[in-house]
Amino acid sequence: MADGHVIKRAKYKTSPKDPGVPGVLELTTERLVFKSNDPKSPTKLNVEFRMITAHKYSKENSKQALLNVSTKDNSYIFQFDSVANRDVCRDFVGSAIAFHANAKAVSTENLSEAETNRRVNLMQGNSEIQRLHQQFVGGGVLSDAEFWATRKKLLDQNDGRMPKQRMALKNEMWTVKPLSDGQSNRVTFNLTPEIIHQIFAEKPAVRQAYLNFVPNKMTEKEFWTKYSRAEYLHSTRNVVAAAAEAAEDEELAVFLKQDDMLANEARRKIRRVDPTIDIDADEGDDYTHLPDHGLSRADSKDVLDPIYEPYRRSFSQNLNQHAAVVLQGRLVDVELGDTRSVAEALAKTKQAELANEISNNSNGNLEKGLSDRISRMTEIEDLQGPRDPSVAPLSIKDPRDYFDSQQANALNAFGDAGSGAKPLKFSVYSGEAYDSLRELVSEVRVKGFSKPVMNPEIALQVLNVLIQNISSTKHSLGKSPHDSVLDTLPKVTKDELLHHWTSIQELLKHFWSSYPITKMYLYEKVTRLKDAMSQVYPKLQEIKESVQSDFRHQVSLLVQPMLQALDAAFAYYDADVQKRSAKSGEKPNGFV
Amino acid sequence: MKFQIEDVTVYFPYENIYPEQYSYMIELKRALDAKGHCLLEMPTGTGKTIALLSLITSYSLSKPSNPVKLLYCTRTVHEMEKTLAELKLLHNYQVKHLGPSARILALGLSSRKNLCVNPAVVSAENRDSVDAACRKLTASWVRALAAEDPRVPTCEFFENYEKAASDAVLPPGVYTLQDLRTFGKEKGWCPYFLARHMVQFANVVVYSYQYLLDPKVAGIISKEMQRESVVVFDEAHNIDNVCIEALSVRVRSQTLEGATRNLNKMSQEIERLKATDAGRLRAEYNRLVEGLAQRGNLPISDTWFANPTLPADILKEAVPGNIRRAEHFLSVLRRLVQYFKGRLQTENVEKEGPVTFVASINAQVGIDQKMLKFCYDRLYSLMLTLEITDTEEFMHIQTICDLATLVGTYTRGFSIIIEPFDERMPHIPDPVLQLCCHDASLAIKPVFERFQSVVITSGTLSPIDLYPRLLNFNPVVSRSFTMSLTRDCICPMVLTRGSDQLPVSTKYDLRSDPGVEKNYGKLLLEMVSVVPDGVVCFFVSYSYMDGIVNSWHESGILKEIMQHKLVFIETQDVVETTLALDNYRRACDCGRGAVFFSVARGKVAEGIDFDRHYGRLVIMFGVPFQYTLSRILLARLEYLRETFQIKEGDFLTFDALRQAAQCVGRVIRSKADYGMMIFADKRYSRHDKRSKLPSWILSHLRDAHLNLSTDMAVHIAREFLRRMAQPYDKTGAMGKRTLLSQEDLEKMSNGVSDMLF
Repeated sequence: MADGHVIKRAKYKTSPKDPGVPGVLELTTERLVFKSNDPKSPTKLNVEFRMITAHKYSKENSKQALLNVSTKDNSYIFQFDSVANRDVCRDFVGSAIAFHANAKAVSTENLSEAETNRRVNLMQGNSEIQRLHQQFVGGGVLSDAEFWATRKKLLDQNDGRMPKQRMALKNEMWTVKPLSDGQSNRVTFNLTPEIIHQIFAEKPAVRQAYLNFVPNKMTEKEFWTKYSRAEYLHSTRNVVAAAAEAAEDEELAVFLKQDDMLANEARRKIRRVDPTIDIDADEGDDYTHLPDHGLSRADSKDVLDPIYEPYRRSFSQNLNQHAAVVLQGRLVDVELGDTRSVAEALAKTKQAELANEISNNSNGNLEKGLSDRISRMTEIEDLQGPRDPSVAPLSIKDPRDYFDSQQANALNAFGDAGSGAKPLKFSVYSGEAYDSLRELVSEVRVKGFSKPVMNPEIALQVLNVLIQNISSTKHSLGKSPHDSVLDTLPKVTKDELLHHWTSIQELLKHFWSSYPITKMYLYEKVTRLKDAMSQVYPKLQEIKESVQSDFRHQVSLLVQPMLQALDAAFAYYDADVQKRSAKSGEKPNGFV
Repeated sequence: MKFQIEDVTVYFPYENIYPEQYSYMIELKRALDAKGHCLLEMPTGTGKTIALLSLITSYSLSKPSNPVKLLYCTRTVHEMEKTLAELKLLHNYQVKHLGPSARILALGLSSRKNLCVNPAVVSAENRDSVDAACRKLTASWVRALAAEDPRVPTCEFFENYEKAASDAVLPPGVYTLQDLRTFGKEKGWCPYFLARHMVQFANVVVYSYQYLLDPKVAGIISKEMQRESVVVFDEAHNIDNVCIEALSVRVRSQTLEGATRNLNKMSQEIERLKATDAGRLRAEYNRLVEGLAQRGNLPISDTWFANPTLPADILKEAVPGNIRRAEHFLSVLRRLVQYFKGRLQTENVEKEGPVTFVASINAQVGIDQKMLKFCYDRLYSLMLTLEITDTEEFMHIQTICDLATLVGTYTRGFSIIIEPFDERMPHIPDPVLQLCCHDASLAIKPVFERFQSVVITSGTLSPIDLYPRLLNFNPVVSRSFTMSLTRDCICPMVLTRGSDQLPVSTKYDLRSDPGVEKNYGKLLLEMVSVVPDGVVCFFVSYSYMDGIVNSWHESGILKEIMQHKLVFIETQDVVETTLALDNYRRACDCGRGAVFFSVARGKVAEGIDFDRHYGRLVIMFGVPFQYTLSRILLARLEYLRETFQIKEGDFLTFDALRQAAQCVGRVIRSKADYGMMIFADKRYSRHDKRSKLPSWILSHLRDAHLNLSTDMAVHIAREFLRRMAQPYDKTGAMGKRTLLSQEDLEKMSNGVSDMLF
């Protein structure tokens, strides 16, 4: 069961009397597969364990070693050549059935497709989780649901598209820089999906026109040609020519005229503007129509004729609109290649925005927010007395980083406290050690030994250990927080250690979270976990023994806390089992 | 905190106070005690408004028997909102410490456009059309009709307000325009008329300059304010311009065409009325015979613009006989319009005084001065008789009558200028007839006479002795405060050369030089890559700004600037500018950073604050001189020289530098704030120009910063920003105290410590 895989020879029988078809029975945690030895034989079984409801087996002393596995509406009988083989399979089947029954109990709700996708995505992005999943869920130690239950947060985070930073729009205006070849009158424009997206975002009228015209009235290419023509006309700043062209071509006119949708949007937005910057309100209060205190209004003079008015467009307007759109950021998350879907998505977000605004306006939140904001802004901050100490909420992005660093601090503090007032120097260069030793020696030479300071044998021993220790840790410890002892180990050992560490963590997490045992299935789980943990134990020993002698000390230092954690778990487990058996003596040994 | 200034206990809503605020209050208190006018210049960013409000309200609280009323005038509606927000803070504090006895009524007043809550009315385009739409629903004759015929639409808010009658009052509190609208919506009362009504009872009224200075508006709104009021003109550095514009009228050919249409319509109305209701016209005639130009107490909804002349100059006598009959009056107006049309056809610029102008009218179309003088009142009476509600449509004839009345009333301080075209565009005919007032003291005179204390204050009133001359009054207190800074949190610089060491300027001959444009562009580009958050640029005019931004765009400089910050720009469309400002602030808030291009003397420079991260750097490109060839300006300069012996050059420089100081002063709001100011023009390095800057800027302008090139300026900017990012002691413990606590003030008043300031 530990490796989650059993293969035995067996005969498949449809009934006890049936002579049976010889073949190979393959058992995994997921399914039971029987293949006949004779490739031509049609007998082939492939049953999922979660469909299997029960299993029966013949007595130890009966002449046939039989195993009967039954699903809801079928039963399969296998005959083994020995009882031992049968027992292996029987145990496996038993635990597999129990496991699946538990899993069913836990995950009563069926997983939605989205949920599964999220899990798959997470696993693809994180090989560590994938490995753990394979090991424990694949190995039958944990059920799928149990495994993910402890990682709910990770899944949620992942779902919020958290890790992917969204790209802002480019703060670059698309302007018509006609590329003419100098010989013909052809003018070339370059449009990329990015630029099209920008045009749609900045010019709602063009977006609307696109949705209206393409592809019913004109092709995409014609549309953009026309648009470019309009832009070109604008760039020449010849209002009269623009008006003349527009008069002939009503589609072109759409691009040349001022954008009504923008104007409407502006009128809507102006009501939500902070009143302390609302210049529009001044206009409404201006009884004398002040011409700006001596500021000449040269531009208003070149008004030609009211009929050209709709065709006037200033660069400033474009500039403001562009910056507003960039500030707003990317509204839609659509593949930019498909022009139509981009246009539609933008139109939809605009509508949603509008609806949102209306609902906001009706409940007066906006006004309250604005007045709060103004009163905050009017306060002169440095005249204010000292306030409550300003506290920023602690937000730890990755708790592991935080606690690791804290642990290091705590250790330092602990070390300091242990050595009294004198800080103990842990990292000593060999030169320094040598110097201090020489100093001591010379001191001794001058003063001479008054009496033997210590037992020379012990001294030699201590010295030996010290030298060895210093030489081995000198390059690995305390230089910088980034170099850790782990990096000095061979890669294989390091990976293995790390892997065991994470798997032990996982196991322990599940183990401790199962207590107190209130349900049967928790008991099962704990037992399974204990088995798995007891298998890790010897492996750790193995690692310790396998490494070269240089590293053995460090590896054992690293392994020590793992072993201790496991020991604590075992101790607790044993104590708990004893307590339970003492309490309910009539149920000896539980259900193992 | 609370402290004593002589006999007044001042309630100040903060824990600490700047020393200059304290001295400001002392000076202000003296002026109030003396019941005289005062002129106070205090740098921006030292909390002028709150010092003013807290002293005057405390002064009023300390004299419960005879409380003074505060009329606080702001230039713009958004400044009104800011002031009311500060007042709210103060009021909450006072009520908390004094209990309900400190409750006051304070409100902002604006036009119907900003206060109306009737969705059918307020959706109209501009102020005039909102006014007209409102009158269509609320005029007394419309309501009389509606009483008989329920199909005639009325405004439910106004009807409810009328029904509530004397119950319709605002409970004490501080009301911004938004609060008034919300209150009106809740109660179903019209906020505009409610506010108009409550203005008489309010302790504090915040409104725009024109409500006091423009006789047309002041006549209906500020008529009944009591003498025991304190009038404050905040940010008053442009007050002379407001005064002049309040008495100036401009007539174009469109106005005359419109006036002709109005006259035709009125004569049709008269014909109709003759046939149906001749009694009404006769009643009007009889009223005029009795000498009552006005119809006495009008319902509040019928009031219309008052007489354009000052209250003292309005004749209290009967309308002359030859314009009493409606038809006769119309024919007089027709002749007048015809005369103006004739004058507009001139091909030369003409300039004359009111006396010769009136004489020429009399000679050519036979309208004498007295008839002209009564034009306004007569028109007003006729419009009421004809029950005209569409006041927007009749704007044109109104303008003509304003001009006639003004020109008939005043003989000095005005001139008539007729220009056939704008001299910058001689090929486009655009004739305009202007009645220009040159004497700022005319419009403000009634204010000085009527109210016991008038406070004129701003961050920029240098040179401070010029204002009493321009406005012709005698202040009892006139003082200019400097700023005590904890650290050098402002950094003015004069940039004279570009990165290629060639001079930069917006002088006429250098203005369109591509080298200068490029140097200016490079300066901005270097700065946006160094300065965090918001950067504001001011240009000398819209056309110059459009030109230079376009050329930056074509040369690719703009594209490079955009790689560092978002770019927003002021346009002549106020809606768009407002939205651009809103987005600019948002970009600064979110840390993206932005540049705002704006125009000196424009709407943004007038009153938008770019404090804290909204503006870490202001660049003033060029010296914002007025357009010096303008006939109006020339006429005014001539008048100033003749009357006040002010030299043209001095006045022009003074005017340009106050605008520049105003622009750069917007970056700083408190001593905790910091900002840089770059004056990018070689002319600023000259002493005669520079010395006109307010002293609080000059005192921080080091000699080493007087003649910089782009690379040096960038270096200084880097250093400055690094220095400002360090933590510092706010109280200014070393050397001078820049922040006083209540204890400090108590010590000072006990005479323990000498004057710190």
